[in-house]
Amino acid sequence: MKLNRFLKTIFLAEFVSAFIIAVKEIFRPKKTINYPYEKGKISPRFRGEHALRRYPNGEERCIACKLCEAVCPAQAITIESTEREDGSRKTTRYDIDMLKCIYCGLCQESCPVDAIVQGPNFEFATETREELYYNKEKLLDNGDRWESVLSKNIKLDKIYR
Amino acid sequence: MEYLDIFINEIYKIFFLVVPILVSVALIVWLDRRVWGFVQKRRGPNVVGPFGLFQTLADALKYIFKEIIIPASSNKIIFILAPIVTMTLALVAWAVIPFGENLVLSDINIGILYLFAISSLGVYGIIMGGWASNSKYPFLGAIRSAAQMVSYEVSIGIIIINVLLCVGSLNLTDIVLAQKNIWFVIPLFPMFVIFFISALAETNRPPFDLPEAEAELVAGYQTEYSGMMYAMFWLGEYANILLMCAMGSILFLGGWLPPIDIYPFNVIPSPIWIIFKILFLFFLFAIVKAIVPRYRYDQLMRLGWKIFLPFSLLYVVLTASFLFYFDMLPTKEF
Repeated sequence: MKLNRFLKTIFLAEFVSAFIIAVKEIFRPKKTINYPYEKGKISPRFRGEHALRRYPNGEERCIACKLCEAVCPAQAITIESTEREDGSRKTTRYDIDMLKCIYCGLCQESCPVDAIVQGPNFEFATETREELYYNKEKLLDNGDRWESVLSKNIKLDKIYR
Repeated sequence: MEYLDIFINEIYKIFFLVVPILVSVALIVWLDRRVWGFVQKRRGPNVVGPFGLFQTLADALKYIFKEIIIPASSNKIIFILAPIVTMTLALVAWAVIPFGENLVLSDINIGILYLFAISSLGVYGIIMGGWASNSKYPFLGAIRSAAQMVSYEVSIGIIIINVLLCVGSLNLTDIVLAQKNIWFVIPLFPMFVIFFISALAETNRPPFDLPEAEAELVAGYQTEYSGMMYAMFWLGEYANILLMCAMGSILFLGGWLPPIDIYPFNVIPSPIWIIFKILFLFFLFAIVKAIVPRYRYDQLMRLGWKIFLPFSLLYVVLTASFLFYFDMLPTKEF
Protein backbone atom coordinates (compact mmCIF):
# COMPACT_ATOMS: atom_id res chain seq x y z
CA MET A 1 0.00 0.00 0.00
CA LYS A 2 2.75 2.36 0.99
CA LEU A 3 4.80 1.45 -2.05
CA ASN A 4 1.78 2.05 -4.25
CA ARG A 5 1.39 5.54 -2.85
CA PHE A 6 5.09 6.22 -3.23
CA LEU A 7 5.01 5.21 -6.88
CA LYS A 8 1.95 7.37 -7.45
CA THR A 9 3.73 10.35 -5.96
CA ILE A 10 6.92 9.76 -7.88
CA PHE A 11 5.17 9.51 -11.23
CA LEU A 12 2.81 12.43 -10.47
CA ALA A 13 -0.19 10.18 -11.11
CA GLU A 14 -2.70 12.59 -9.64
CA PHE A 15 -1.26 15.48 -11.60
CA VAL A 16 -1.37 13.55 -14.86
CA SER A 17 -4.98 12.51 -14.37
CA ALA A 18 -5.93 16.08 -13.46
CA PHE A 19 -4.12 17.28 -16.56
CA ILE A 20 -6.06 14.87 -18.78
CA ILE A 21 -9.35 15.97 -17.24
CA ALA A 22 -8.42 19.62 -17.74
CA VAL A 23 -7.54 19.10 -21.40
CA LYS A 24 -10.85 17.29 -21.91
CA GLU A 25 -12.75 20.13 -20.24
CA ILE A 26 -11.18 22.64 -22.61
CA PHE A 27 -13.12 21.15 -25.52
CA ARG A 28 -16.44 20.78 -23.72
CA PRO A 29 -19.18 23.36 -24.36
CA LYS A 30 -19.00 26.37 -22.10
CA LYS A 31 -21.38 26.85 -19.20
CA THR A 32 -21.32 30.64 -19.33
CA ILE A 33 -23.06 32.86 -21.87
CA ASN A 34 -21.74 35.82 -23.77
CA TYR A 35 -23.75 38.25 -21.67
CA PRO A 36 -24.31 41.49 -23.53
CA TYR A 37 -24.84 39.57 -26.78
CA GLU A 38 -26.61 36.52 -25.38
CA LYS A 39 -29.00 36.65 -22.48
CA GLY A 40 -30.18 34.03 -20.09
CA LYS A 41 -33.85 33.04 -20.03
CA ILE A 42 -35.89 34.73 -17.33
CA SER A 43 -39.18 33.65 -15.81
CA PRO A 44 -42.45 35.48 -16.67
CA ARG A 45 -42.64 36.26 -12.97
CA PHE A 46 -39.35 38.12 -13.05
CA ARG A 47 -39.53 41.28 -10.97
CA GLY A 48 -37.48 43.87 -12.78
CA GLU A 49 -38.05 47.49 -13.68
CA HIS A 50 -41.50 48.91 -12.93
CA ALA A 51 -44.02 50.01 -15.52
CA LEU A 52 -47.49 51.59 -15.48
CA ARG A 53 -49.78 50.00 -18.02
CA ARG A 54 -52.63 51.44 -20.09
CA TYR A 55 -55.84 49.99 -21.46
CA PRO A 56 -55.81 49.24 -25.19
CA ASN A 57 -57.71 52.47 -25.80
CA GLY A 58 -54.87 54.48 -24.26
CA GLU A 59 -56.55 55.18 -20.91
CA GLU A 60 -54.34 54.75 -17.84
CA ARG A 61 -55.21 51.72 -15.81
CA CYS A 62 -54.20 53.21 -12.47
CA ILE A 63 -57.20 54.25 -10.38
CA ALA A 64 -55.14 55.83 -7.58
CA CYS A 65 -56.40 53.40 -4.94
CA LYS A 66 -53.00 53.74 -3.25
CA LEU A 67 -52.90 50.06 -2.29
CA CYS A 68 -49.39 49.79 -3.66
CA GLU A 69 -48.30 52.84 -1.73
CA ALA A 70 -49.75 51.33 1.42
CA VAL A 71 -48.25 47.89 0.91
CA CYS A 72 -44.81 49.00 -0.17
CA PRO A 73 -42.46 47.84 2.62
CA ALA A 74 -39.73 50.23 1.57
CA GLN A 75 -42.16 53.15 1.21
CA ALA A 76 -40.72 53.84 -2.21
CA ILE A 77 -44.03 54.82 -3.84
CA THR A 78 -45.64 58.25 -3.58
CA ILE A 79 -49.10 58.86 -5.10
CA GLU A 80 -51.25 61.97 -5.35
CA SER A 81 -54.63 61.98 -7.04
CA THR A 82 -57.54 64.19 -8.09
CA GLU A 83 -60.99 63.68 -9.48
CA ARG A 84 -61.27 64.30 -13.19
CA GLU A 85 -64.19 66.07 -14.97
CA ASP A 86 -65.72 62.70 -15.92
CA GLY A 87 -65.83 61.74 -12.25
CA SER A 88 -63.05 59.14 -12.38
CA ARG A 89 -60.20 59.24 -9.91
CA LYS A 90 -56.78 59.39 -11.52
CA THR A 91 -53.24 60.02 -10.33
CA THR A 92 -51.54 63.38 -10.72
CA ARG A 93 -48.34 62.04 -9.33
CA TYR A 94 -46.94 58.51 -9.25
CA ASP A 95 -43.31 58.39 -8.13
CA ILE A 96 -41.17 55.36 -7.40
CA ASP A 97 -37.81 55.80 -5.80
CA MET A 98 -35.98 52.93 -7.50
CA LEU A 99 -33.15 53.25 -4.98
CA LYS A 100 -35.51 52.53 -2.08
CA CYS A 101 -37.36 49.78 -3.91
CA ILE A 102 -36.47 46.26 -2.82
CA TYR A 103 -38.14 44.61 -5.83
CA CYS A 104 -40.41 42.48 -3.62
CA GLY A 105 -43.31 42.59 -6.09
CA LEU A 106 -45.96 43.46 -3.49
CA CYS A 107 -47.10 46.49 -5.51
CA GLN A 108 -48.01 44.39 -8.52
CA GLU A 109 -49.64 41.77 -6.26
CA SER A 110 -51.83 44.37 -4.61
CA CYS A 111 -52.85 46.19 -7.78
CA PRO A 112 -56.55 45.45 -8.53
CA VAL A 113 -56.30 46.59 -12.18
CA ASP A 114 -52.84 45.27 -13.11
CA ALA A 115 -51.65 48.84 -13.59
CA ILE A 116 -48.32 48.77 -11.80
CA VAL A 117 -46.24 45.77 -12.87
CA GLN A 118 -42.64 44.75 -12.74
CA GLY A 119 -41.32 43.94 -16.16
CA PRO A 120 -38.50 41.74 -17.41
CA ASN A 121 -36.02 44.60 -17.80
CA PHE A 122 -33.15 44.59 -15.33
CA GLU A 123 -30.68 46.68 -17.31
CA PHE A 124 -31.62 50.17 -16.20
CA ALA A 125 -28.44 51.23 -14.44
CA THR A 126 -27.80 54.96 -14.58
CA GLU A 127 -24.92 57.29 -13.91
CA THR A 128 -26.68 59.55 -11.41
CA ARG A 129 -29.03 58.89 -8.51
CA GLU A 130 -31.55 61.41 -9.83
CA GLU A 131 -32.23 59.32 -12.91
CA LEU A 132 -33.52 56.55 -10.68
CA TYR A 133 -36.28 58.67 -9.12
CA TYR A 134 -38.96 57.53 -11.53
CA ASN A 135 -42.03 59.70 -12.09
CA LYS A 136 -45.37 58.92 -13.67
CA GLU A 137 -44.23 59.94 -17.12
CA LYS A 138 -41.25 57.60 -17.03
CA LEU A 139 -43.34 54.72 -15.69
CA LEU A 140 -46.03 55.14 -18.34
CA ASP A 141 -43.33 55.33 -20.97
CA ASN A 142 -41.92 52.05 -19.67
CA GLY A 143 -45.39 50.57 -19.85
CA ASP A 144 -45.79 51.58 -23.48
CA ARG A 145 -42.39 50.25 -24.38
CA TRP A 146 -42.76 46.85 -22.72
CA GLU A 147 -46.53 46.37 -23.13
CA SER A 148 -46.30 43.35 -25.46
CA VAL A 149 -44.00 41.46 -23.08
CA LEU A 150 -45.88 42.57 -19.98
CA SER A 151 -49.29 41.42 -21.18
CA LYS A 152 -47.83 38.12 -22.36
CA ASN A 153 -46.15 37.55 -19.00
CA ILE A 154 -49.35 38.34 -17.10
CA LYS A 155 -51.24 35.87 -19.27
CA LEU A 156 -48.59 33.18 -18.73
CA ASP A 157 -48.60 33.73 -15.00
CA LYS A 158 -52.39 33.92 -14.63
CA ILE A 159 -52.89 30.16 -14.24
CA TYR A 160 -50.78 30.11 -11.08
CA ARG A 161 -52.61 32.95 -9.34
CA MET B 1 31.63 57.36 -36.73
CA GLU B 2 32.28 53.68 -36.81
CA TYR B 3 31.23 53.34 -33.18
CA LEU B 4 28.04 55.21 -33.91
CA ASP B 5 27.25 52.78 -36.71
CA ILE B 6 27.73 49.80 -34.43
CA PHE B 7 25.68 51.52 -31.74
CA ILE B 8 22.80 52.21 -34.10
CA ASN B 9 22.99 48.71 -35.45
CA GLU B 10 22.77 47.24 -31.96
CA ILE B 11 19.90 49.52 -30.97
CA TYR B 12 18.10 48.40 -34.09
CA LYS B 13 18.61 44.74 -33.20
CA ILE B 14 17.53 45.27 -29.58
CA PHE B 15 14.42 47.06 -30.79
CA PHE B 16 13.53 44.12 -32.99
CA LEU B 17 13.96 41.75 -30.06
CA VAL B 18 12.21 43.77 -27.35
CA VAL B 19 9.11 44.78 -29.28
CA PRO B 20 8.12 41.22 -30.26
CA ILE B 21 8.77 40.12 -26.68
CA LEU B 22 6.52 42.82 -25.24
CA VAL B 23 3.82 41.96 -27.77
CA SER B 24 4.11 38.27 -26.99
CA VAL B 25 3.95 39.03 -23.25
CA ALA B 26 0.65 40.76 -23.91
CA LEU B 27 -0.58 37.80 -25.92
CA ILE B 28 0.62 35.34 -23.33
CA VAL B 29 -1.37 37.10 -20.60
CA TRP B 30 -4.41 36.71 -22.81
CA LEU B 31 -3.60 33.04 -23.46
CA ASP B 32 -3.15 32.41 -19.76
CA ARG B 33 -6.53 33.86 -18.88
CA ARG B 34 -8.17 32.15 -21.81
CA VAL B 35 -6.80 28.68 -20.95
CA TRP B 36 -7.72 29.22 -17.32
CA GLY B 37 -11.23 30.12 -18.33
CA PHE B 38 -11.58 27.22 -20.76
CA VAL B 39 -10.52 24.67 -18.17
CA GLN B 40 -13.19 26.09 -15.85
CA LYS B 41 -15.74 26.02 -18.70
CA ARG B 42 -15.79 29.79 -18.92
CA ARG B 43 -15.08 31.80 -22.03
CA GLY B 44 -12.30 33.99 -20.73
CA PRO B 45 -11.64 37.41 -22.25
CA ASN B 46 -13.30 37.42 -25.69
CA VAL B 47 -14.65 40.91 -26.24
CA VAL B 48 -11.75 43.22 -27.07
CA GLY B 49 -10.58 42.51 -30.60
CA PRO B 50 -10.77 39.13 -32.37
CA PHE B 51 -11.13 36.41 -29.68
CA GLY B 52 -10.28 39.10 -27.12
CA LEU B 53 -6.68 39.23 -28.29
CA PHE B 54 -6.34 42.92 -27.39
CA GLN B 55 -7.56 42.44 -23.84
CA THR B 56 -4.09 43.00 -22.39
CA LEU B 57 -3.71 46.16 -24.45
CA ALA B 58 -6.97 47.45 -23.02
CA ASP B 59 -5.86 46.55 -19.51
CA ALA B 60 -2.51 48.24 -19.99
CA LEU B 61 -4.25 51.38 -21.27
CA LYS B 62 -6.46 51.34 -18.21
CA TYR B 63 -3.41 51.09 -15.95
CA ILE B 64 -1.69 53.96 -17.74
CA PHE B 65 -4.59 56.28 -17.00
CA LYS B 66 -4.84 55.25 -13.36
CA GLU B 67 -3.28 57.27 -10.59
CA ILE B 68 0.01 56.05 -9.18
CA ILE B 69 -0.31 56.09 -5.42
CA ILE B 70 2.94 56.20 -3.45
CA PRO B 71 2.40 55.50 0.26
CA ALA B 72 3.53 58.36 2.48
CA SER B 73 5.65 56.13 4.69
CA SER B 74 7.33 54.30 1.84
CA ASN B 75 10.89 54.66 0.70
CA LYS B 76 9.99 56.49 -2.47
CA ILE B 77 13.08 55.92 -4.57
CA ILE B 78 13.21 52.19 -3.98
CA PHE B 79 9.44 51.97 -4.27
CA ILE B 80 9.60 53.44 -7.77
CA LEU B 81 12.72 51.49 -8.66
CA ALA B 82 11.32 48.06 -7.81
CA PRO B 83 8.94 47.55 -10.77
CA ILE B 84 11.52 49.06 -13.10
CA VAL B 85 14.10 46.53 -11.88
CA THR B 86 11.67 43.64 -12.31
CA MET B 87 10.72 44.68 -15.81
CA THR B 88 14.27 45.46 -16.94
CA LEU B 89 15.74 42.23 -15.64
CA ALA B 90 12.99 40.22 -17.25
CA LEU B 91 13.76 41.81 -20.62
CA VAL B 92 17.56 41.96 -20.34
CA ALA B 93 17.86 38.20 -20.04
CA TRP B 94 16.46 37.73 -23.54
CA ALA B 95 19.73 39.00 -25.02
CA VAL B 96 21.28 35.53 -24.97
CA ILE B 97 18.28 33.45 -26.02
CA PRO B 98 19.04 31.98 -29.46
CA PHE B 99 16.12 31.87 -31.88
CA GLY B 100 18.10 30.16 -34.60
CA GLU B 101 21.57 29.16 -35.70
CA ASN B 102 22.86 32.74 -35.75
CA LEU B 103 19.73 34.47 -34.56
CA VAL B 104 20.90 35.70 -31.18
CA LEU B 105 21.56 39.19 -29.92
CA SER B 106 24.78 38.34 -28.10
CA ASP B 107 26.30 34.90 -28.50
CA ILE B 108 28.37 34.93 -25.31
CA ASN B 109 30.31 31.92 -24.09
CA ILE B 110 28.71 31.80 -20.66
CA GLY B 111 25.16 32.35 -21.88
CA ILE B 112 23.56 29.94 -19.45
CA LEU B 113 25.37 31.49 -16.47
CA TYR B 114 24.24 34.93 -17.59
CA LEU B 115 20.67 33.71 -17.90
CA PHE B 116 20.84 32.09 -14.49
CA ALA B 117 22.36 35.17 -12.89
CA ILE B 118 19.73 37.49 -14.34
CA SER B 119 16.85 35.27 -13.32
CA SER B 120 18.31 35.12 -9.80
CA LEU B 121 18.52 38.91 -9.71
CA GLY B 122 14.78 38.98 -10.37
CA VAL B 123 14.21 38.43 -6.66
CA TYR B 124 15.61 41.90 -5.97
CA GLY B 125 12.73 43.63 -7.67
CA ILE B 126 10.34 41.79 -5.40
CA ILE B 127 12.33 42.33 -2.21
CA MET B 128 12.75 46.03 -3.01
CA GLY B 129 9.04 46.38 -3.69
CA GLY B 130 8.08 44.55 -0.52
CA TRP B 131 10.51 46.40 1.70
CA ALA B 132 9.99 49.87 0.29
CA SER B 133 6.20 49.63 0.67
CA ASN B 134 6.72 49.74 4.45
CA SER B 135 3.62 47.73 5.20
CA LYS B 136 2.90 44.29 6.59
CA TYR B 137 1.59 42.29 3.66
CA PRO B 138 4.14 43.38 1.07
CA PHE B 139 6.92 42.71 3.55
CA LEU B 140 5.73 39.21 4.37
CA GLY B 141 5.17 38.51 0.69
CA ALA B 142 8.64 39.69 -0.19
CA ILE B 143 10.24 37.57 2.52
CA ARG B 144 8.36 34.51 1.35
CA SER B 145 9.23 35.18 -2.23
CA ALA B 146 12.91 35.66 -1.48
CA ALA B 147 13.12 32.42 0.47
CA GLN B 148 11.18 30.55 -2.19
CA MET B 149 13.16 31.82 -5.14
CA VAL B 150 16.48 31.18 -3.45
CA SER B 151 15.53 27.61 -2.54
CA TYR B 152 14.37 26.69 -6.00
CA GLU B 153 17.28 28.38 -7.70
CA VAL B 154 19.52 25.85 -5.99
CA SER B 155 17.78 22.92 -7.64
CA ILE B 156 17.57 24.74 -10.98
CA GLY B 157 21.32 25.29 -10.78
CA ILE B 158 21.94 21.59 -10.24
CA ILE B 159 19.56 20.69 -13.07
CA ILE B 160 21.56 22.97 -15.33
CA ILE B 161 24.71 21.12 -14.25
CA ASN B 162 23.06 17.93 -15.49
CA VAL B 163 22.54 19.46 -18.90
CA LEU B 164 26.01 20.96 -18.98
CA LEU B 165 27.53 17.55 -18.27
CA CYS B 166 25.97 16.30 -21.49
CA VAL B 167 26.98 19.38 -23.50
CA GLY B 168 30.38 20.46 -22.29
CA SER B 169 29.75 24.12 -23.02
CA LEU B 170 28.01 27.05 -21.38
CA ASN B 171 27.06 28.61 -24.67
CA LEU B 172 23.33 28.37 -25.35
CA THR B 173 23.85 27.79 -29.08
CA ASP B 174 26.15 24.86 -28.26
CA ILE B 175 23.58 23.52 -25.82
CA VAL B 176 20.96 23.47 -28.55
CA LEU B 177 23.29 22.00 -31.17
CA ALA B 178 24.28 19.22 -28.76
CA GLN B 179 20.65 18.06 -28.92
CA LYS B 180 20.80 17.39 -32.64
CA ASN B 181 20.61 13.62 -32.14
CA ILE B 182 18.35 13.44 -29.14
CA TRP B 183 16.60 16.10 -27.12
CA PHE B 184 17.70 16.15 -23.50
CA VAL B 185 14.11 15.77 -22.40
CA ILE B 186 14.39 12.04 -23.14
CA PRO B 187 17.55 11.02 -21.23
CA LEU B 188 16.99 13.68 -18.55
CA PHE B 189 13.22 13.41 -18.26
CA PRO B 190 13.08 13.50 -14.43
CA MET B 191 15.23 16.61 -14.54
CA PHE B 192 12.83 18.18 -17.02
CA VAL B 193 9.92 17.58 -14.64
CA ILE B 194 11.85 19.04 -11.72
CA PHE B 195 12.96 21.96 -13.85
CA PHE B 196 9.37 22.66 -14.81
CA ILE B 197 8.16 22.56 -11.20
CA SER B 198 11.08 24.69 -10.04
CA ALA B 199 10.36 27.15 -12.83
CA LEU B 200 6.82 27.45 -11.50
CA ALA B 201 8.21 28.24 -8.05
CA GLU B 202 10.85 30.55 -9.46
CA THR B 203 8.31 32.70 -11.27
CA ASN B 204 5.80 32.68 -8.39
CA ARG B 205 3.22 30.89 -10.46
CA PRO B 206 0.47 28.80 -8.93
CA PRO B 207 0.67 26.36 -7.16
CA PHE B 208 3.63 28.20 -5.64
CA ASP B 209 2.20 31.72 -5.73
CA LEU B 210 2.60 32.13 -1.98
CA PRO B 211 4.19 35.58 -2.21
CA GLU B 212 0.90 36.88 -3.53
CA ALA B 213 -1.46 34.37 -1.94
CA GLU B 214 -4.59 36.49 -1.91
CA ALA B 215 -6.19 34.54 0.91
CA GLU B 216 -3.33 35.30 3.26
CA LEU B 217 -1.37 38.28 2.01
CA VAL B 218 -3.88 40.34 -0.03
CA ALA B 219 -1.54 40.66 -3.00
CA GLY B 220 1.87 40.15 -1.41
CA TYR B 221 4.56 42.54 -2.55
CA GLN B 222 2.20 44.20 -5.04
CA THR B 223 -0.31 45.31 -2.41
CA GLU B 224 0.75 48.97 -2.29
CA TYR B 225 1.31 49.31 -6.02
CA SER B 226 -1.17 50.87 -8.38
CA GLY B 227 -1.50 52.08 -11.93
CA MET B 228 1.39 51.61 -14.32
CA MET B 229 3.77 50.49 -11.58
CA TYR B 230 1.55 47.55 -10.82
CA ALA B 231 1.28 46.81 -14.53
CA MET B 232 5.06 46.79 -14.83
CA PHE B 233 5.36 44.24 -12.04
CA TRP B 234 2.77 42.20 -13.76
CA LEU B 235 4.35 42.43 -17.23
CA GLY B 236 7.75 41.69 -15.73
CA GLU B 237 6.34 38.60 -14.11
CA TYR B 238 4.94 37.33 -17.38
CA ALA B 239 8.16 38.19 -19.24
CA ASN B 240 9.95 36.10 -16.61
CA ILE B 241 7.56 33.22 -17.16
CA LEU B 242 8.18 33.43 -20.87
CA LEU B 243 11.90 33.48 -20.20
CA MET B 244 11.64 30.36 -18.07
CA CYS B 245 9.72 28.66 -20.88
CA ALA B 246 12.43 29.69 -23.32
CA MET B 247 15.08 28.36 -20.96
CA GLY B 248 13.22 25.08 -20.64
CA SER B 249 12.86 24.70 -24.36
CA ILE B 250 16.55 25.43 -24.94
CA LEU B 251 17.83 23.17 -22.19
CA PHE B 252 15.50 20.24 -22.76
CA LEU B 253 13.37 20.57 -25.87
CA GLY B 254 16.12 21.21 -28.38
CA GLY B 255 15.64 24.95 -28.84
CA TRP B 256 15.07 25.77 -32.48
CA LEU B 257 15.71 22.24 -33.74
CA PRO B 258 12.82 20.40 -35.36
CA PRO B 259 11.76 17.15 -33.67
CA ILE B 260 13.04 15.05 -36.57
CA ASP B 261 15.38 16.27 -39.24
CA ILE B 262 13.31 15.23 -42.25
CA TYR B 263 11.54 17.05 -45.04
CA PRO B 264 8.37 18.74 -43.80
CA PHE B 265 9.88 19.61 -40.44
CA ASN B 266 13.25 21.04 -41.38
CA VAL B 267 11.88 23.58 -43.86
CA ILE B 268 9.94 25.36 -41.13
CA PRO B 269 12.18 28.25 -40.02
CA SER B 270 13.90 27.80 -36.69
CA PRO B 271 12.28 30.74 -34.81
CA ILE B 272 8.90 29.14 -35.45
CA TRP B 273 10.05 25.95 -33.74
CA ILE B 274 11.36 27.67 -30.63
CA ILE B 275 8.25 29.85 -30.40
CA PHE B 276 6.13 26.75 -30.71
CA LYS B 277 8.07 25.04 -27.92
CA ILE B 278 7.85 28.12 -25.68
CA LEU B 279 4.12 28.23 -26.30
CA PHE B 280 3.78 24.56 -25.46
CA LEU B 281 5.59 25.04 -22.16
CA PHE B 282 3.52 28.11 -21.43
CA PHE B 283 0.36 26.15 -22.10
CA LEU B 284 1.53 23.70 -19.41
CA PHE B 285 2.14 26.65 -17.08
CA ALA B 286 -1.36 27.94 -17.72
CA ILE B 287 -3.03 24.58 -17.22
CA VAL B 288 -1.14 23.95 -14.00
CA LYS B 289 -2.52 27.25 -12.73
CA ALA B 290 -6.03 25.96 -13.35
CA ILE B 291 -5.72 22.46 -11.90
CA VAL B 292 -3.34 22.50 -8.94
CA PRO B 293 -4.25 23.91 -5.52
CA ARG B 294 -1.80 26.18 -3.74
CA TYR B 295 0.93 24.61 -1.61
CA ARG B 296 1.33 25.40 2.05
CA TYR B 297 4.53 27.24 2.81
CA ASP B 298 6.21 24.44 4.74
CA GLN B 299 5.29 21.96 2.01
CA LEU B 300 6.88 24.26 -0.52
CA MET B 301 10.12 24.45 1.44
CA ARG B 302 10.09 20.72 2.07
CA LEU B 303 9.65 20.01 -1.64
CA GLY B 304 12.49 22.32 -2.57
CA TRP B 305 15.11 21.34 -0.02
CA LYS B 306 14.26 17.77 0.95
CA ILE B 307 13.13 16.30 -2.36
CA PHE B 308 14.29 18.28 -5.36
CA LEU B 309 17.75 19.14 -4.11
CA PRO B 310 18.83 15.60 -3.10
CA PHE B 311 17.16 14.07 -6.12
CA SER B 312 18.82 16.38 -8.60
CA LEU B 313 22.17 15.91 -6.86
CA LEU B 314 21.70 12.15 -7.14
CA TYR B 315 20.88 12.56 -10.79
CA VAL B 316 24.04 14.60 -11.36
CA VAL B 317 26.03 11.71 -9.91
CA LEU B 318 24.14 9.24 -12.08
CA THR B 319 24.59 11.27 -15.26
CA ALA B 320 28.25 11.89 -14.56
CA SER B 321 29.03 8.27 -13.79
CA PHE B 322 27.06 7.08 -16.80
CA LEU B 323 28.89 9.45 -19.12
CA PHE B 324 32.23 8.61 -17.54
CA TYR B 325 31.72 4.85 -17.61
CA PHE B 326 30.69 4.75 -21.26
CA ASP B 327 33.33 7.32 -22.12
CA MET B 328 30.76 9.76 -23.50
CA LEU B 329 31.91 12.84 -21.64
CA PRO B 330 31.90 15.73 -24.10
CA THR B 331 35.39 16.99 -24.74
CA LYS B 332 35.82 20.26 -26.45
CA GLU B 333 39.06 21.88 -27.48
CA PHE B 334 39.37 25.49 -26.43
